[in-house]
Formats: sequence, structure tokens, C-alpha cells
Amino acid sequence: MRTLRLLGVGWLYHMKMISRSPFEGFGQVIWPIFFATVAFLVFRAGDSPRTLLYASLGAAVMGMWSATSTTAGGAMQRERWHGTLELLVATPVHFALVLLPVTLAMSTIGIYSLVATLLYGHFLFGIALTIVHPLLFALAVLGTVLSFGALGFAFAVTFVRFRAAWAIGNLLEYPVWLIGGFLVPLALFPDWVRPISWVLAPTWGMNAIRESALGGSPLPDLALCLALGGLNVAIGVLVTEHVLRAARVRAALSLS
Amino acid sequence: MAVVEAQDLHRTYRTHTGTLRRRVKEIEAVRGVSFEIEKGELFGLLGPNGAGKTTTIKMLITLLIPTSGSARVLGHDVVKEAREVRKRIGYVFGGERGVYERLSGYDNLRYFAELYGVPAKIQKARIEELLELVGLKGREQERAEGYSRGMKQRLHVARGLLHDPEVLFLDEPTIGLDPVGARELRATIASLTDAGKTILLTTHYMFEADALCDRIAVISQGEIVATGTPGQLKSRVESGSVTEVEVYGVPDETVERLRKLEGVLAVWVEEREQTQVLSVQTRADIQLTAAILGHLNGANVGRVSQREPTLEDAYVALVTAE
Repeated sequence: MRTLRLLGVGWLYHMKMISRSPFEGFGQVIWPIFFATVAFLVFRAGDSPRTLLYASLGAAVMGMWSATSTTAGGAMQRERWHGTLELLVATPVHFALVLLPVTLAMSTIGIYSLVATLLYGHFLFGIALTIVHPLLFALAVLGTVLSFGALGFAFAVTFVRFRAAWAIGNLLEYPVWLIGGFLVPLALFPDWVRPISWVLAPTWGMNAIRESALGGSPLPDLALCLALGGLNVAIGVLVTEHVLRAARVRAALSLS
Repeated sequence: MAVVEAQDLHRTYRTHTGTLRRRVKEIEAVRGVSFEIEKGELFGLLGPNGAGKTTTIKMLITLLIPTSGSARVLGHDVVKEAREVRKRIGYVFGGERGVYERLSGYDNLRYFAELYGVPAKIQKARIEELLELVGLKGREQERAEGYSRGMKQRLHVARGLLHDPEVLFLDEPTIGLDPVGARELRATIASLTDAGKTILLTTHYMFEADALCDRIAVISQGEIVATGTPGQLKSRVESGSVTEVEVYGVPDETVERLRKLEGVLAVWVEEREQTQVLSVQTRADIQLTAAILGHLNGANVGRVSQREPTLEDAYVALVTAE
């Protein structure tokens, strides 16, 4: 119970901080317009409402991933700049419980990006927003948010040790768009790429969102998305202690 | 049993120089620091910038792992039982960093109360009590970005006390505060020892250590060069006199020669804006002004004066001794 409350309070305060940042807010306004435009231009040749919604959903999840990957990388850097990283490490709770709400808050902000992208697509380009299973769609979005937060957490742990690792967050943005099948179907990629996409939770989150919106069965995809997200959290938790010890040995916590 | 025990602590930092031909350089920040702090004691670690105060404190609060040596806080090893140590200590550092600027003062405290496991039932009352103690009552709902440096510093103190720790580590808590703010904060620190807290305070202000501390360890270049009560440290300089000479570029060899003069107790050089001030502490029964000026022959010499030694002289002599 105490752990849940800690996660909840951490999530709430980091949400507050992100939502009060004009710089991050600006990105959240611009990205959805960009992604909705890309989706429309790429897929308008198909001229099928279903294809356009498929693309629009992909673009919406791209925005969610961008919100998580770029900000998760910067999250630890911000803690360094604020001088709060050492204070967080000096608390008696497991550091994973400090960090996980931070990346979950960032992926939650991605929901706005998802909604905005779909709305831009609808109002600017006339893409129909017909969601076949609204409840399952909501669940799929929630599961994807959790899995993004979990993947962001697994990456962010390493940023505690390596202060320049925030740049990796930006590098991860585009590959996951492609390998996760957000922009183009995975069938277009060489066979060797597929195993990589299978181990990424966002791939299954994307599938679950599309299946629920376009009228398929999203639950198996959602289950896989959550399971892989859980695996990412487990890996992150296991790595945390080693990373923190290395940071204490190398005096990396106070570097900004 | 001592509340804080440091035994032969060493800490070396590795840095790299060069771009293409990178070389590893090792800097010994702390070189064999040992001390003990008893329950309820306010112990001062006094030294100039770069002396190793913050490194020592960071090893004790588990943020740095010592290169060698050991330390225990309330019987718990700071490396092997880091979590047990963290539960029982509070850490406050000086300056404006360490605050979530986009959160209110209250939210800052609420977040850390959760991280320190303060039970939900008592969090509100505890935060209110601390806001009262540090004088932030009425301003707690404002975002911290609008706080003055002094207010942020008081917020730090409140954060460090949220879980009612038995031991407090205060790393230069009054740095950068105006005289009134610093005085108020010192009064708060004094009231904490009255409440039975054990405190390790680092500072480079002699008068602050003198006013607050039961015992002081003077640290210089990573080593403790003197330990004692403020009274004991003062007694080191109660006799003799100090000759101060304004000079412009006094060579190290000259300082060494002055140290060897009969009757000289200590020699140190302070850099001031345009000049250096050479201070020579001598025995009271010997008049050495002429001999000192004789050794400075060739150097540009300005004002010469003589005065009684102060506690600060003891500190300066200790931390500038080779």
C-alpha cells in the first residue's frame, strides 16, 4: 500500500512539474501536428478511411513514444541540474520507486499527444475517427502508456550513471517508430528485424491500439505488451542497485 | 558508542585530461580522515574550499563510497548498510539547488515526506510544524522558484528534518545567505541540538563554528590538522603577536626562510584583491619586524602592522601550513 502511494505521489508531482514546463509543453503542441501531417501524406495514396485511421493511430503512438523517449533521457539530467538527484538517492527507498513514477508521468503526458494527433488528423485532413471497441481502445492506450513508462524506466536507470546518456533517449526515438511498426507495417521490414520488434513492448501496444480501433481482438497483444513492460521494470530494478553503486564509486551523482 | 565514527577515510577522484591523448589523473580529496561524534554533539568540520569537507560528508551520508577506510553512523556501515543509514539521517546542503522550483514549498516537503516513509497520518501535521520552525508558514503554497535564497535554504532544513532523523549532516548551510538570514539559520541549528539531535556541520566560517560547535576538526588538503573544542583551538594562539605585511609577489622560499626564524610560531600568506598579506605569528617576547622586513628585501612591501592574534589566525595558520 505504501509503495503504491509512493508511486502515486511521485507520478502526481512529476506530472505537475512537466505540465508547468513551457519548453516541454511547446513540443507537445508541435509534435502532434507534425505526426498527423506525416501520416496523412504517407497514406493518402491508399485513399481508404481504414488505412488513414491505421496511419493516424500509428502517428498518434509515435507522439506518445517521442514524449517518453526524449523526456525520459532528460529526466535524470534535469535532476542533476536541479541538484535533486543526490537528494533522491540519499532517501531510504529503493531508487526504482523514485524513478519509475518519473517515466510513467512522461508517458502519461503522451496521452495528450495521442489525442491531439488523432484530432488534428480528423479536423485538418478529415480522417474518420471510428473506434470499434472504445473500452478496449482505452485499455490498450493505458497498457501502452504503462509499457512506454516501463521501457523509459529501463533506459533512464543507466542515465543515473552516465550523465551524457540523455542523448541516447533522442537516438532511440526514430528506431522504435520504425521497429515498433508505428509508421509502416512490420511486414515491409527484412525478417531479421522482426525478433527485435517482438521484444519491444511498444510493438504490442501499437497492435493492441489498432486492433481495438479497427475491430480485431486486442487482448493477446495487450497481454504481451504488459508482460514485456513488466519485464522491462524487472530488468530496470535489477540493474538499479549496480548502477547506483557504480555512480557512488565514480562520484557521478553530483556531476551536472 | 559514538554516533558517527570515521576511520582513516580516503577518497580519490579520477579525472581525465586531454582529448586525443587522454590521461587519467588522480586527485586525493580526502587523505585519512578519522573522528568520532558523540550523541547530542554538534561537531564542526572546518576548512577552506576544496579541503575535503563535502567529500567527507558525502561518504558519511552514503552518496560516495570511500576509496579506503570505513565509517559507521549509529552503528551501521555506510557502504554495506546504506539504507539503514539513510533512514536515520538528514542531509542539508547550502545554496539554491536541491529544490523542485516548479513545485510549491509544501509539495516539495510532501514529496520528500513520502520518500522518507513519513506515515500518511502524520505528514500534514509534521509539515505544518516544520514550516513553523523554519519560518515559511504562510508562503508554503507558492512555487519555490519565487523563493529567495534564504527561503530555499530554510526549505532545505525543513526537508532534512521531515523524518525526525537522529543525526543531521549540514554541509555549509549558511553559504550565500545575508547576515540576518544566516543568523536566523544558526539559531535554528542551535535549537536542534537542544532537541537532542547529533549534528555534523561543515563550514568555512570560523566564527560560525565557534558559535555553534561543541568540538571542531580543522581539515586542510584532505587531512585533519587539528581537533578540539573552540576554547582549545583558541588557546593555541592566545600568546604572541601577529605582524602583517602587505607584499606584492612574495616567493615561497622567503616564506620558508621566515618559518625557520627563531621565535616564529606560524607564517601564512593570504591573497587579497591587489596584494598578498604575509602574516607572521611570533612569540610575545621577541621583536622580529626588522628581521621579517630584512628577509623581504627585494620584494615590493606595502603597509606593515602589528596586532594581537585572533581565533581566525589559528584557523588560517592551520589551513595554510605546508
